[in-house]
Amino acid sequence: MVADVGYGALVITFLLCFYGIGAAIYGVKKKEQSWVESARHAMLLSLPLLTISALSIINLLVTDQFQVAYVASVTNRSMPTYLRVTALWGGQEGSLILWVWLLSAFASAVMLRDWKRDREFLPWVIIVCLVTLGFFLILIIFVENPFAKMWITETGERVTSIFQPGGSEPFIPVDGNGLNPLLRHPGMIYHPPMLYLGFVSFVIPFAFAIASLVTGRTDDRWIRITRRWTLWAWLFLAIGLILGARWAYDVLGWGGYWGWDAVEIAALMPWLAATPFLHSVMIQEKRGMFKHWNMFLIILTYDLMIFGTFLTRSGVLSSVHAFAQSAIGPLFFAFIVLTLGTSLWLLSRRWQDLKSETRITSLLSRESMFLINNWLFMGILVVSFWGVIFPLLTEALGIVGDTFPSLSHIFTGQKVTVGPIYYERATGPLLAGLLFLMGVAPLSAWRASTARTLGRAIWKPFAVSLVVLVIIIGGGIRHPGALLAFWLCAFVTVVTLYEFWRGMAARRRRSGENYGLALWRLAARNRRRYGGYIIHLGVVLMALGIIGIEIFQTETQGTIAIGKQMSLGEYSFTFDKLDEFDTRDGRNVARAEISVFKNGEFVETLAPRRDFYYESGQRMTIPGLRSTIEDDFYVLLVSWEPISAENATFKAFHNPLVNWLWFGAIIFILGTFVAAWPEREKQYMPIKTDQSIATAST
Amino acid sequence: MSTTLETMDSNPGRSKFLVGGLLILIAVVYLIISSTIAGAQTYYTVDELLARGDSAVGTPMQVLGAVLGDTISYDRDTQTVSFTMVHIPADNDVVDAQGGLAAVLEAAVKDPNRQELQVVHIGIAPDTLEHQAQAIIVGTLREDGVFVASELLFKCPTKYEEVQPEQIDA
Repeated sequence: MVADVGYGALVITFLLCFYGIGAAIYGVKKKEQSWVESARHAMLLSLPLLTISALSIINLLVTDQFQVAYVASVTNRSMPTYLRVTALWGGQEGSLILWVWLLSAFASAVMLRDWKRDREFLPWVIIVCLVTLGFFLILIIFVENPFAKMWITETGERVTSIFQPGGSEPFIPVDGNGLNPLLRHPGMIYHPPMLYLGFVSFVIPFAFAIASLVTGRTDDRWIRITRRWTLWAWLFLAIGLILGARWAYDVLGWGGYWGWDAVEIAALMPWLAATPFLHSVMIQEKRGMFKHWNMFLIILTYDLMIFGTFLTRSGVLSSVHAFAQSAIGPLFFAFIVLTLGTSLWLLSRRWQDLKSETRITSLLSRESMFLINNWLFMGILVVSFWGVIFPLLTEALGIVGDTFPSLSHIFTGQKVTVGPIYYERATGPLLAGLLFLMGVAPLSAWRASTARTLGRAIWKPFAVSLVVLVIIIGGGIRHPGALLAFWLCAFVTVVTLYEFWRGMAARRRRSGENYGLALWRLAARNRRRYGGYIIHLGVVLMALGIIGIEIFQTETQGTIAIGKQMSLGEYSFTFDKLDEFDTRDGRNVARAEISVFKNGEFVETLAPRRDFYYESGQRMTIPGLRSTIEDDFYVLLVSWEPISAENATFKAFHNPLVNWLWFGAIIFILGTFVAAWPEREKQYMPIKTDQSIATAST
Repeated sequence: MSTTLETMDSNPGRSKFLVGGLLILIAVVYLIISSTIAGAQTYYTVDELLARGDSAVGTPMQVLGAVLGDTISYDRDTQTVSFTMVHIPADNDVVDAQGGLAAVLEAAVKDPNRQELQVVHIGIAPDTLEHQAQAIIVGTLREDGVFVASELLFKCPTKYEEVQPEQIDA
């Protein structure tokens, strides 16, 4: 019954999409606002309907309705209620419901804004949102239906279908499969919805961009309206990526946080397109340049987001994440081709209207720095995209080898993949370039900037960063890559703090406020600029963590008896005891206790353990972790002798600086809050006059 | 990028930007090509690998297969995991035609005529290494026909999606 209500709500929403699209188009054609209003109401009505649908699934999940195939596949009787609720996104079908619900919620929020100044955009924003919503509803209703039930036919065959096949009996399993224990981690509970929040919110700026292209109102109004949406979308995506990384570090037990898995990259790619977009829209607002480019970037972000959802959901690539194979691949492909084609066609129609109003004159100007930043981000995006499609490409290119036998040794048709080495090698220099720009760009002036003016602005922070470099070398670090990376981090940090200082000092001189107040008001009046700087500082801290673990990670492994010791660098630990016991929630736990010493001094007792889930037969290794700002000591219990527990094998990692990765992520998030916090809408004027560096404001 | 080119029309500084953009483009292309060569691993199924024989020895590759549970062993002294892997098809369509991944894995481990590949890995056994797991291993084939894996990846989460419950209420 509940399943039927949920399914019915989905179908009605789907029909509503058709109605809304039709009404909006008719309203535009006939210039009748009442039809557009009706379409707006259709959009708004989708939210309560999809809420009913989502609540229906949650109801089925928490009440053990195992006849519903989705419920049986992601829950079981022993799971606590909160995990059953989160099982909504534990599998493909349910997560698509979350997807459409979020889209409907965001689109509804947009519908409720004040449209007085932008009435011509409204029908087209509705159409873009409803087309996207309709597409996902097709997937859900016709291919991946979370409400489908299991039945036994007369011939004894088990089928899954929404309606009872003639002559069949309901098939009700005693218990479900349960959620994969690997996914029962706080990072994993919030990681998918955060990614989805990020993915879905990019639909809104895209919808306004399309509305702007269709209506021909090609000033930067669409950018101003969606600036905050874009920032929030970008933030959620970043939080999703970071939570995924943290989950990998805590749960997967390989001492790392990012494996360049195809699905990780699929989530990263929209972020790689959105980040240059966030930067280059500022140039459009200030100087009226990069208009085609910004349109292209938001179109790209949207389609990469769809592509990302597709990669995570279709099983087209081998990956730990690809937990299902289904027929949705061709549908996604068709939708991407359709939206990309239509968007680019619209863009080409408006090409003349989007001509730049001004020109870049100096290679060292702020505009130029932003341009180079865009190119570098595109470079990383292309590297990532190439890595993801390379296996598919090599397989498909077998046809070349078949046709031209002389090339058959190159184009064998055998799938060739590229591992982490590829990504690390290819993105490393580009990331270094971005860090360097992060240091230089804030000091370059808009419009005209010469080597002389830039040099004057930069020499002090540059000198300070060299002093830091000397200190680091004095500390005994010799690895050239690490030295370059540390220097870049120091340079960006000094420049950014210098910017805060200059702004604060200037404000204090002008207003007579004390330092604290001057700093507060400075940031409050220029939230995007100073929020952006805080984000940059967060990125630098994250870079420190990444340098630490990528370049300086050490590991060891060994089997030791109780009372014996193992060491790794400054650290050592003794194996104190090992307990094996069953828990009430159906696990067998093997838990070792070790005493950790640093330079011979006792510092902490850790308890690396291994959980075995009886029902699923799944094991899970939870590291013992001592985490300080200096380094992490990460110990895994690898194996042990079950009864006597005399010997056990441990693997230990020493991960210097890795905590800065998480700490930097928090700063990054705070910075985005500062930049995205709502302020009253005001009319920005483009800068008309040359300004000296000190007063260039954002 | 076309924006810039167009912006730069009849601009005396245009060549600087062209050169700059071109340099970045060349750098990106170089990085992609050289890193692709450095990181490339051909992807084989067990049958494909065994069919290549000695010519496969020594080159880095990935191999797909299904794990035989009773062959899994761990040697404490050498800290080596070893197990045997059997052939499963890689093509999604073939897998679907044979009843899905779970069915394919089950059939593979029961097939008496299966081709087997011995695998050793120095390091720890991942939690997901178990009977019938789908394995993707990275490494090289040794001359004695044993595969030395540097990386092990097992796809067990799949089974939570695909294994159907077997019980039924009376």
